[in-house]
Parts: sequence; structure tokens; C-alpha cells
Amino acid sequence: MKETPLSNCERRFLLRAIEEKKRLDGRQTYDYRNIKISFGTDYGCCIVELGKTRVLGQVSCELVSPKLNRATEGILFFNLELSQMAAPAFEPGRQSDLLVKLNRLLERCLRNSKCIDTESLCVVAGEKVWQIRVDLHLLNHDGNIIDAASIAAIVALCHFRRPDVSVQGDEVTLYTPEERDPVPLSIHHMPICVSFAFFQQGTYLLVDPNEREERVMDGLLVIAMNKHREICTIQSSGGIMLLKDQVLRCSKIAGVKVLEITELIQKALENDQKVRKEGGKFGFAESIASQRITAFKMEKAPIDTSDVEEKAEEIIAEAEPPSEVVSNPVLWTPGTAQIGEGIENSWGDLEDSEKEEEDEDGTDEAIILDSLKMDTGVEVSNIGSQDAPIVLSDSEEEEMIILEPDKNPKKIRTQTISAKQEKAPSKKPVKKRKKKRAAN
Amino acid sequence: MAGLELLSDQGYRVDGRRAGELRKIQARMGVFAQADGSAYIEQGNTKALAVVYGPHEIRGSRARALPDRALVNCQYSSATFSTGERKRRPHGDRKSCEMGLQLRQTFEAAILTQLHPRSQIDIYVQVLQADGGTYAACVNAATLAVLDAGIPMRDFVCACSAGFVDSTALADLSHVEEAAGGPQLALALLPASGQIALLEMDARLHEDHLEQVLEAAAQAARDVHTLLDHVVRQHVCEASVLLGD
Repeated sequence: MKETPLSNCERRFLLRAIEEKKRLDGRQTYDYRNIKISFGTDYGCCIVELGKTRVLGQVSCELVSPKLNRATEGILFFNLELSQMAAPAFEPGRQSDLLVKLNRLLERCLRNSKCIDTESLCVVAGEKVWQIRVDLHLLNHDGNIIDAASIAAIVALCHFRRPDVSVQGDEVTLYTPEERDPVPLSIHHMPICVSFAFFQQGTYLLVDPNEREERVMDGLLVIAMNKHREICTIQSSGGIMLLKDQVLRCSKIAGVKVLEITELIQKALENDQKVRKEGGKFGFAESIASQRITAFKMEKAPIDTSDVEEKAEEIIAEAEPPSEVVSNPVLWTPGTAQIGEGIENSWGDLEDSEKEEEDEDGTDEAIILDSLKMDTGVEVSNIGSQDAPIVLSDSEEEEMIILEPDKNPKKIRTQTISAKQEKAPSKKPVKKRKKKRAAN
Repeated sequence: MAGLELLSDQGYRVDGRRAGELRKIQARMGVFAQADGSAYIEQGNTKALAVVYGPHEIRGSRARALPDRALVNCQYSSATFSTGERKRRPHGDRKSCEMGLQLRQTFEAAILTQLHPRSQIDIYVQVLQADGGTYAACVNAATLAVLDAGIPMRDFVCACSAGFVDSTALADLSHVEEAAGGPQLALALLPASGQIALLEMDARLHEDHLEQVLEAAAQAARDVHTLLDHVVRQHVCEASVLLGD
């Protein structure tokens, strides 16, 4: 399925929010989403959740003959697959560019940085070596696949145990897990990728972009580091032009983030180790117990509402005092297009009949209804003035002025409320009106 | 590798260069008559050929056409005889795909694609001999080819690789230095503004040394720019002489 295109207003909204240093989920610019690591029953199997992005990693091993030019080294093989369940846009034939990019980045990050000691994987030089295969599957795509995948890969490798092998002369004995405990891999360091998304030609920068932010970004910079502050990989992609000091700044931020993530990984590994040793229950089934479908719980994002009242008062105070006669109120149409020729809206008749219905409602609700009617924008000027309102609509037609014939002169209501309602071009009042009718 | 000193005590590298010295660069533009633009570059022993076709109509699916920009399509191919051991697949493997994507990213940023909406620019790069710094040679060759084709660009795109040995940054790595397993950085730069079009680094490098290596690569790229500029001017002189002034 082709990817649903991002609408222009959503794109503009996201970019404006980023300019004001706000993100959709309430994070700060340098904040990561919640990382959750859970292990399966087998060694070497883990699921990493970065916010809603979910990657499953599985490590397996096999005894094979080594490559000809590297007779004493084991073989590492990485494979990331974008499962079709991750996003509707992922189809078997369509993903090649993204897939190649992610796979190459992972390979370079994990293989070229020599995080695993390949010499220790050698059993008989030139004949038998261990081939370690890391398979990563993307289960859900909510942005920043590369970070989640790198965490999953390194966690799975740290968690994995390979069968023990002993060599006596020419004989190689492979022990089953029952005979001898499996042996962990020797890992020198843990490289973790940190992604930086750039917006507006490199002016704004976000760490850990989610899927929406990735759609509007100009480019991505991925820095893989380990906790000793050694950079394992840098890769810039997308068409952005970077400056040297931007890169240096990003590397400093990456250092801080990698430390936090490494601590989390260590803790998760220790927890799992403890549970297994104590004979407790482990595996995916245990870790998803708290996420029952029947549990009605949502992650809450804390929002600071302490100054809402002050802000509201400020807005009211700064608002212009409403004038007795507003000559040209600017109103928004609810997105209706002009139907028919001429300036008079031919839907005016329909609105008339609706208005008559509402006039029959209780007078105490007339205040709200009046202002609601004004919001729909088809109505006449508010306080009985003869000037026509200027209606701004979404349509691409030229600005037009709807001249309405004299409607029922409205009683002068409390002006503050009507003035405020005027300023709010929202669709909610329309809905409210409908609800009221249903209630009535 | 035991016994192979990448940087001797006197400051000489394996091939006798100093730490910040580039290999000898020779380049020619307009080597093919058929193509809109072509160039050949030799950086030391690394030889790369680049050919540009375009801007022309979009081949294949019309759906890929961008309404406001040109599409840049890059393909990287490395000859089977280019490396010490014969390569089995000249193109189509993951590494070549990745190189193609990186070249595309570099040139999409540099070419003024807004001037040619709904069209396509093809850049084909062929590596004849790979002796280290293949990405850099490809980018330099492609820059010359795009200039030869007359496609407007923001600036030259000059690339160079850099490494780090014994707390010294080396510029323009050869194959021996790359295979030693130290950190390698490839940088594509627009020299006038100093903007980085592509940055790629492999293997472990401590964060404190990053600035030094970046600076070495940037300086090397600027040196490459001087050379390429000279090549272009010479080519233009030759062409104008042939046209009879």
C-alpha cells in the first residue's frame, strides 16, 4: 500500500510546533521516549520498545567453516527486516532503499566497531568457527527504527549464550545445554545509535524523532557511541547541509544519552539474570502481563496546568474591549464551498430554517446559541449593524463578501462572551449546537 | 597487522606521504562523446569514471516525477578487477546500493534541482581501481561530470577521507591504511560555505578526537577543491581554443 501522504496543514503544524520547541508528545528536544526491554524464554531473544516502535531481536549460532581469508575469526551476520505488520507502507517489494540503508548502518555500527571478539568464536582454526546470526524484526514503526534496532541487537547479543565446546586434539565435542551451561559471548563494548532529526535547513534539531516528525524532517544524523565516549559510527542522511560545530554538539549530546541507555540495558540484563537464577518465571508472557487488553490504562503525559488561569486572564485582559458596533467582524466558515453563482449563499435558506428552530429554544440558552450562530459565519453582523461580515473560508476563491438580507435583529447580549466566542474559530460550537438539539 | 607502521616516527606514512598530504590527483573532463557530461579522476591509484545524463524525461514510472524538482538517480558500480581479489558482483549488492544512495543524497543537496522540475538526472559512477578513498573519488569524479554536463550546482562538491593513527589525523587514506582497521571518516564538503553534504565514519574514535579528524578531512577537501577548480578552468580554456575563441 502506498504511504498515506502527510497533509500540508499537519506538516505546517508540526514545523511550527518545533519552532516553538514543542513536540507532539510533550517531550523536550533532547528527550528519549520510554525504553522498555523484555526478554524471551530462550537466551538471545528480546523485544525492545522505544515508545511505540517495537523491534524483536533473536540471536542464533551455528558451527561452519570460516571464510578463506579470515581463517581464525568467527562470522557475524546481521539482518534487519521490516515486517509488513510494522507499517502499511512496508510491502515485500517496496522497501529496498530504507532497508539497505538501515541494514548497512547496523552492520557498520556493530561489525566495524568490533564490539564482539570474533577471535573467541574460533573453534578449530581454518575448519570450524561459530557463525553468529542476529535477526531483527521491526514489529511496529513509530519512528526511529535505527535506535531501537541497535539497542535490540546489542541486548540480544549480550543476553545470548552459545553452547560450550571443547577441543581435544582432533576431536571437537559440542555440549548440549543440559550437559554444560552455555557460555556468553565476549562483548567488548556496547555501541548504541542515537538519531538526530534536523528541521528547517538545520536550524532545529530533535533527538529520537517519532514517525510524524520523521516525515517532516529535512535530514537525519545518526551517531553510534558506546559508554566510553568512543564514536563507533557517524552517518548523515537526507539532503541536509551540516556545519562542523553542529556535528560536534550532537556528539556531545549523544554521549550523555548513550550513558543513560547503557545503564538501562545493564539493569534489564541483571534483572533477567536474577529472575532466571532464582527460578522465577521469565519470558515474554510474564512481561506483557501488565498490558492486558482488559486493562484500561493509558500512559499519561504530565502537563503543567498551574498557570492556565493566569494565561486565560491575560488573554482576556489583552483582548480589545468589544465595541458597540463591530463593523466588519472576521468570521470563519466551517469550510463550506460556494455553491451556486452570485454572492448570496444559496445555503442561506437552510440556515434560516435551522435558526428558526433554535429561536424556539429556551431563552437562557440564547446567549450561547447566538454566538454559535455567529461562528458558523453564515449569519449576519452581530449587533444589528448593517455592515456585512467578512467571511474567511478555506476555499481558494477570491475573498468574497456575503451580503445577507435583513435577518431577525438580535438582542444585544453580554458583549464579552460574544466577543470572545468570535475570536475562537473552532468547530466545537457547531458540535455543541447539534448536541443541544439532540438533548432538546 | 604486525610490523606495519602506518605512521613512522619521522611522520611519514606507508607510501611516504606526510600526515596531511593528499595523493596525486589527475583528472580529465569530457572523456565520452555520447554522454552529456563525463569525467575521469585518478587519486593516487584509485581510478574512477563518472558519466552524467540529463536532465531528461523521467524513465520508467511517471509517478516518481517530482512536481517541483528534478530526480537525481545515482548508480555505483565497482569493476570486478578493481580490488585485489576478484569481486563477484560488480553492482547490485548491498554495499553498492548504499554507495548509490549516498551519492544521490550528496548530489541532491548540491544540484539546483528546482530548475528542472519533473525531470531526471542520471549519474553513473564506475570504479576501475579501488585503492582506498573510493567514495571520495566517486564524488569528485561526479562533480566534474556534472559540471561538464552544464547542470547548475550550488558549489563544487569535494570529498576526502581521513583517518586517525597515533593521535594524528591522516588525510586521504589508501587501501593499506583503511584495511588496518582504524577509524575512517569520509566527508563531502561544499568548500565555499563549509557545509557538509555527507558525513560518514566507521570504527571506533574517541569523541575528543572527532574535531581534529573533521578538520583534517575538511582541509583536505578544500585542497581537492583547488585542484578540481584548476582542472575545470583548464578544460574550459581548451574548449574555447578549439572553438576558435
